[in-house]
Amino acid sequence: MKRLSKQQYDEMTKQASPKSKPLQNCLWAFGVGGAICLVGEVLRQLYLSAGLEKDIASLAVSGSLILLSGIFTALGWYHRLAVHAGAGTLVPITGFANAVVSPAIEFKCEGLVTGVGAKMFVIAGPVIVYGVLASEIYGLIYYFMQKMM
Amino acid sequence: MECCKRGDTLFFDTPPIIQGFAAVGGKKESEGPLKDHFDLLFEDNTLGEETWEKAESALQRYCIEQLLKKTDCSMDGVDYVLAGDLQNQCTASAYTLRGLDVQFLGLYGACSTMTEGIGVAASLLAGGMANRIVALASSHFCAAERQFRTPLEYGGKRTPTAQWTVTGAGAVMLCRQGSGVAVNAVTFGRVRDFQVTDITNMGAAMAPAAAETILRYFQDSGKSPEQFDGIYTGDLGDVGSQLLLELLHQNGLDIQNHFDCGTMIYDMQTQQVQAGGSGCGCSASVLAGKLLPELQAGVKKRILMLSTGALMSTTSVLQGESIPGIAHLVELVSPKEGER
Repeated sequence: MKRLSKQQYDEMTKQASPKSKPLQNCLWAFGVGGAICLVGEVLRQLYLSAGLEKDIASLAVSGSLILLSGIFTALGWYHRLAVHAGAGTLVPITGFANAVVSPAIEFKCEGLVTGVGAKMFVIAGPVIVYGVLASEIYGLIYYFMQKMM
Repeated sequence: MECCKRGDTLFFDTPPIIQGFAAVGGKKESEGPLKDHFDLLFEDNTLGEETWEKAESALQRYCIEQLLKKTDCSMDGVDYVLAGDLQNQCTASAYTLRGLDVQFLGLYGACSTMTEGIGVAASLLAGGMANRIVALASSHFCAAERQFRTPLEYGGKRTPTAQWTVTGAGAVMLCRQGSGVAVNAVTFGRVRDFQVTDITNMGAAMAPAAAETILRYFQDSGKSPEQFDGIYTGDLGDVGSQLLLELLHQNGLDIQNHFDCGTMIYDMQTQQVQAGGSGCGCSASVLAGKLLPELQAGVKKRILMLSTGALMSTTSVLQGESIPGIAHLVELVSPKEGER
């Protein structure tokens, strides 16, 4: 068979592969992501009217959304929604919770330590590592800029 | 029994015979267009087991049971079982064979395992080294998903080029002689790697290997595509199939009768499988469930079957390696071919 260069075959593959539908995907992401944020806002207003302090109410909202996401993941609903919603379910805090809960469920059969414990952060772990690292770098830059001014 | 090797292809003068076949499938397969072709379908993909890995072994077990029942054989009369799957170290097959007292050869050819098994079995039979061999292959969506991709409940969007691992198994019983579908020729494939690194586009990674094997078979045999009722690939999907036809065209071979098991097993419009089905169980179950019965009945007289495999691992992909492909071909002829 004739050999093709990587570029030639890449081009053929690109031609043969169906494209994602950006408009449809964006609309789904906007709709579902927005709806999750709306649920968050409704909860915040409820907590505020129940007499919680502003920052405590925000924390409670995050906690509630994480809990809801965990429950939805366990019931097998979250990934069904995510098939359509894409970034709409990935970006909010519920997506992060899903990324932790789903491997915890999946690897339960490999034991509490080597399964659940070890695999729970297999997806979310890098986000935590580089999130913390980025915040420290930001903190350092902020610190030195303040000193200089 | 005589056989000869011309080029890459083994030709059997007295071809080994496929005496029986069985296919089992899972839930999504029971909703697809080939649902009536399976011997057994399971609505519950756990098959009553605690883990997905055990469920895949159960699939194989049921498949072998069906095969033995349909061929009215027992394991005592079987010389070897050649089996493979996608799990690490081929454990689905090993755990199935743990319960069967028979000589076992584990095969790993990724999704090419079914025709690899049939090819090796036919060679052993033609060489007079055995009288009866079972070839078996399986895959399970859930076991493959957790091993190769993300946990099942993880909310991710699949790309349009991604493929859906078939939950299914296929098994065939091959004999030295008798009546049944004949394995006339076998072309074992060569690894081809066109530097595809996208793990969600396996069809593109495997198409060059399939093209290579098909070209070599036609060169070795001197036959032409029109002499066959169909040239079937295992799991190239929509994308890989298109690339295969293009690659063959570039090399001066135009085929009009190509079909892909990955696009046959699911309804491509409604079942949300993106580019189609994949996995060892895809070509195994379509072959054992649909194609072999049609050959046996004489609906089809002569076909080429190629299972196609992507030979990467989760480690090699993370290390930035491209995906090598492989495709093994078997030429299958109906016992009613003479009546054409």
